[in-house]
Amino acid sequence: MIEMKGIQKSFGSNHVLRGLNLSIPKGTSMVIIGGSGTGKSIALKCILGLVKQDSGSITVDGKDAGTGDRDAFLARFGMLFQGGALFDSLPVWQNVAFRLLRGSLKRPREEAREIAIEKLRRVGLKSDVADRFPAELSGGMAKRVGLARAIAAEPEIIFFDEPTTGLDPIMSGVINELIREIVVEMGATAMTITHDMTSVRAIADNIAMLHDGVIQWTGPVSQMDNSGNPYLDQFIQGKADGPIEAVR
Amino acid sequence: MKPLALIGRTVMAALATIGRIALFGVEAISHMLRPPFYGREFLSALLNIGWLSLPVVGLTAVFTGGALALQIYAGGSRFNAEAVVPQIVAVGMVRELGPVLVGLMIAARVTSSIAAEIATMKVTEQIDALVTLSTHPMKYLTVPRVLAAVLVVPLLVGVGDIIGVFGGYAVATGTLGFNPAGYIRNTVNFLEPLDIISSLTKGAVFGFAAALMGCFHGMNSGRGAMGVGRATKSAVEGAAILILAANFVLTGVFFTL
Repeated sequence: MIEMKGIQKSFGSNHVLRGLNLSIPKGTSMVIIGGSGTGKSIALKCILGLVKQDSGSITVDGKDAGTGDRDAFLARFGMLFQGGALFDSLPVWQNVAFRLLRGSLKRPREEAREIAIEKLRRVGLKSDVADRFPAELSGGMAKRVGLARAIAAEPEIIFFDEPTTGLDPIMSGVINELIREIVVEMGATAMTITHDMTSVRAIADNIAMLHDGVIQWTGPVSQMDNSGNPYLDQFIQGKADGPIEAVR
Repeated sequence: MKPLALIGRTVMAALATIGRIALFGVEAISHMLRPPFYGREFLSALLNIGWLSLPVVGLTAVFTGGALALQIYAGGSRFNAEAVVPQIVAVGMVRELGPVLVGLMIAARVTSSIAAEIATMKVTEQIDALVTLSTHPMKYLTVPRVLAAVLVVPLLVGVGDIIGVFGGYAVATGTLGFNPAGYIRNTVNFLEPLDIISSLTKGAVFGFAAALMGCFHGMNSGRGAMGVGRATKSAVEGAAILILAANFVLTGVFFTL
C-alpha cells in the first residue's frame, strides 16, 4: 500500500501540489490523470525521492519513504520513463540488466544477459535487439526496452510515466496490453500517469483525477463515466467548457 | 541604488556558485573513498580523457614548442642570447606552457564533452533513471571521470612536455643551426626535478578542475537544448578560468614561496 498524505510542493511561486492525498492498495493498478503541468509526474517523483516534497508524508507498506535503507527501498520499484530514459552509452541488454550488473542484485554477467533477453522477449522484442544501442531503436521499441528494464528485477511496485506518449494508436494499444498483462502476471502494484483515456481504460483498476494540486476524484475505473465530478467529466469528454480552464 | 543592487546580486550569485562547486568537489572526493566503485566506467573515462586526447595534445605541444624556439631565438638575438633556446624552451614548456596548454585543451575537448553528455542525460531523465536503479549518479558519472582525469592528465602533460621540447629541438636543429647533441644535453642538464614535479602536479590539479566543472555543470543543467548548450559553455568557461587561476597559485607555490 502506498499512501500519500497532505503532499505539498512548490517551485518558487508555482504551487504544484497543494495537499495531495492518495492511497494505492497493494496489487492494484492506479492511474493518475490530469492536464499537462498539473503535477502528476512530481507526485510520482516524490514517492521515489527524486523530488523532495515541502510537506506531507509518504508511506510504503506503513514505512516512511524518506527514511531507512534507500537502496533496499528503491530495489522494490521499477519505472518506465516517458522518453524511455535508456542509457545511450550502453547496449540494450545492459540497459535492461542494469540493476542485475551492479549493486545488491548483482548477478554473473552471462546470467544477467540471459535474464535481459528473456525480458526483451516478454515485451515482444527479439534477441537480436539485445546488442543494439538505444539510438538505433524506434520510439515503440525504446518504450518496450524501458518496460523490460522496469520489470527486469521483478519489482513489487512499477511506475509508468506517460507510457504511450509519442506512439501511434496501434503501438499504444500494444504497450497498454503489455502493461496490463505484466502487472497482473507479476501481481505488482502499479501507478501510471497519463492523459491518454484509452490507456486509462486498458490499464486502470482505479483512477485519480489531479487538478489544482489536489485529487479531485478517485474511484474504480468502472465508475469513471458516472462519477458526477465536473472535473473528471470535462477531462474524459475533452470539453473546453467546464471548471478546468482551457487556455486558448 | 539599482546599479549597486545589481553588483551585489551578481557578486552574491558568483559566490554562491563557487560555494556549490566547492561542495560538489568535496562530495565527489568523499564518494571516491567509499564503495561501490564502477571499474568499467573508470576505464572508459581513462580511454576517453587520456588516449583519445593524445592527438590534440601532441599537435598543440609540437607547434607551441616550435614557435617558442623561434620566438626565443628572435628575442634572444637582440642581446646575443640565442644560445639559451634549449634551456628556455625546456623550462617554458615543462613549467608553464605544457601544463597550461594541455589543461586548456582538456577543458575544450573533455570538459565540454562531459558537460554535454551529463546535461543530455539529465534532460532525458537518464539521471533520474540511474537513481531509480539504485545507482548514485555521483558515483557512477562523476567519480570515474574525475578520478580518471586526475590520473591521466599528468601523463598527458608529461607527453606534451616531451613533444613540446621535441618541437623546439626540431626547429632549432632544423632551421636555426643548433647542434642536435648539444641541444639535448643543454635541455637535460638545465631541467630540475622540481620543474617536472610542478608540471605533473599542475596536470593533476587541472585534470580535477576540468572534469569537475564538466560534471558540475552537466548535473546542474537547465532544460532543453538551450540548457545543454548553456551547461557546456559554462563548464568550459569555468574550467578554463579555474585552470588559469590554479596555474597562477601553483606557480607561486612551487617557484616563489
